[in-house]
Amino acid sequence: MEPIYLDNNATTRVDPVVVAAMLPFFTEHFGNPSSIHAFGAQVGKALKSARAQVQSLLGAEHDSEIIFTSCGTESDSTAILSALKAQPERNTVITTAVEHPAILTLCEWLEKDGYVVKKLAVDKKGRIDLDEYKSLLNDNVALVSAMWANNETGTIFPVETMAEMAHAKGILFHTDAVQAVGKIGIDLKNTKIDMLSLSGHKLHAPKGIGVLYLRRGVRFRPLLRGGHQERGRRAGTENAAGIVALGRACELAQAHIAEENTTVKRLRDKLEAGILAQVSHAFPTGDTANRLPNTSNIAFEYIEGEAILLMLNKMGIAASSGSACTSGSLEPSHVMRAMGIPYTAAHGTTRFSLSRYNTEEEIERVIAAVPAIIAQLRKLSPYWTDNGNCGGPAAAKDSFAPAYA
Amino acid sequence: MWEYSDKVREHFFNPRNAGPLEEANGIGDVGSIKCGDALRLMLKVNPDTEVIEEAHFQTFGCGSAIASSSALTEIIKGMTVDAALGVSNQDIADYLDGLPPEKMHCSVMGREALQAAVANYRGEVWKDDHEEGALICKCFAVDAVMIEDVVKANNLNTVEEVTFYTKAGGGCAACHEGIEEILARVKGERPGGGETSPPPVCPAAPETAKPKPSKLTSVQRIKIIEEVLESVRPMLRRDHGDVDLVEVQGKKIFVTLKGACSGCMMEAATLGGVQQKMIEALGELVQVLPASLMPVE
Repeated sequence: MEPIYLDNNATTRVDPVVVAAMLPFFTEHFGNPSSIHAFGAQVGKALKSARAQVQSLLGAEHDSEIIFTSCGTESDSTAILSALKAQPERNTVITTAVEHPAILTLCEWLEKDGYVVKKLAVDKKGRIDLDEYKSLLNDNVALVSAMWANNETGTIFPVETMAEMAHAKGILFHTDAVQAVGKIGIDLKNTKIDMLSLSGHKLHAPKGIGVLYLRRGVRFRPLLRGGHQERGRRAGTENAAGIVALGRACELAQAHIAEENTTVKRLRDKLEAGILAQVSHAFPTGDTANRLPNTSNIAFEYIEGEAILLMLNKMGIAASSGSACTSGSLEPSHVMRAMGIPYTAAHGTTRFSLSRYNTEEEIERVIAAVPAIIAQLRKLSPYWTDNGNCGGPAAAKDSFAPAYA
Repeated sequence: MWEYSDKVREHFFNPRNAGPLEEANGIGDVGSIKCGDALRLMLKVNPDTEVIEEAHFQTFGCGSAIASSSALTEIIKGMTVDAALGVSNQDIADYLDGLPPEKMHCSVMGREALQAAVANYRGEVWKDDHEEGALICKCFAVDAVMIEDVVKANNLNTVEEVTFYTKAGGGCAACHEGIEEILARVKGERPGGGETSPPPVCPAAPETAKPKPSKLTSVQRIKIIEEVLESVRPMLRRDHGDVDLVEVQGKKIFVTLKGACSGCMMEAATLGGVQQKMIEALGELVQVLPASLMPVE
């Protein structure tokens, strides 16, 4: 049986069209784009067109606002460190409690160096409080960094509004948009967003290529200094094949963005409804009314996520979990904890993230497979008391009301 | 995904003795919902023979927690209660052909459940004195709480000392930043720890240093050398290893590492640690070398 890949927030399949576009840059187009001769010039031309493709997807005003990097993490680090370096009189970073480790781990490290980091809390649905946010904006703040969409729950933050509010106070605004780009419409020229990170492998380009969008005129200090590549803002010989691939992937993403919000969204909703109709003591996490169209994160209570993933994997289904065991740490996902999801549920959170490659038939197979897996694991669980009665539609729902709005 | 052995996978997908045991007369509940593990072990012990006739489990946990529970019940069935208490977490891991370092705590939980169930059978109360922190050293599965406790108890100041006492940091060295952070934090908590006093060049031995006679006789030296080896032996035995003195030639002390220590990637680090102790105890510079390097006469 063909395996079913529902872990597209972790990484995506490189589109065959993208692979075809990049391959010549390993062979005949091997030149260094900085070179004067024809070998270099043809690569330089390809980079220029890739830059335009990225610019178009992001709705950036100028193609020079696109800086190619090696990954989303590099873009995030560059943005935050640049904002601090360029404004030495400001020592504070505002972020949120549910950011990706690419942001949070860096912020914790900055705190050790004496910087002040303020993390916005989220409510039970993973939403921030704009009044709290507003109260934190002052002259000490160098940068606000808030993700556009959460990788675990898909919850979308109002980053355009947040950027306006920061801008009004003269504060730089960065957004980690690696999950949002290609799934929801983005038009940067009509926002006050100063910097944005994206990652190629989340939108059907290969791993090892990312972008930092840097609005023209925003004060900037490079992370990597050296050659004049990327106008001196990111030294290092360009990853030509990766850049060409990302350009093509951005073009495809733009062409398919409606499909993400219709077909993919419908399959996601079908999957979630199909599972919840059969499994008791399970609930979707995050802001289900305002989230990415491809993501469903379901908390299965009283069982542990890694066990669910192993069982799913045995049936050829790939998903992801917020349990402690899948990360090697002892705590379950910081996103689930920030939302106040109880431990008994947080460990059992399972993320299904779709792409435009998923089919109706695949979703039906998953809907058919999940209830038996949950029932089997609950039979093993000391927290589960309704033995012999679990999993079925008739399972008792009266004994438990999840602490969840 | 973790690299689970076939045995772990097999016990996870087909757990033995899962589910409640009606006639249980010893029940042990351990684990913490916070770290995502909880285990109920149910024993049916024959009160006349003290033999465990049935053992069942229920586990809230990951693949290896379920597999460890399943393995534990298989191991202890048919054992007497006393024999079962001798089962170590390493035995459980060995039964499963090993567990990833991040997952060793799953086997620890199995052993604790066993102690709790036996205590319950005997009408005693078992107290969990085991606290766990984030895993720092992946090579040797050492967590933050253990490092912090050892640093505090022995007044350690350097990563090298931490490696000697706990092995943490003795492998790939990627966790040295994490160990340094723990050292800095503990140092900050010590009385007068805020002051910037340089760490002692020669770290203080945990035992009070013996007065060093100006000149030791050969017999005295060998006695001290044996004492040092005796002091490190429990640590080696914990890892199923041992050490023996072979020969002393001037400043060179030749030893053999045995059992799990022999051929271990940590052999050099282990000898280095022993050497450090020898130097402190003898008050002279000596080399501790494997017997294989002993010059052939």
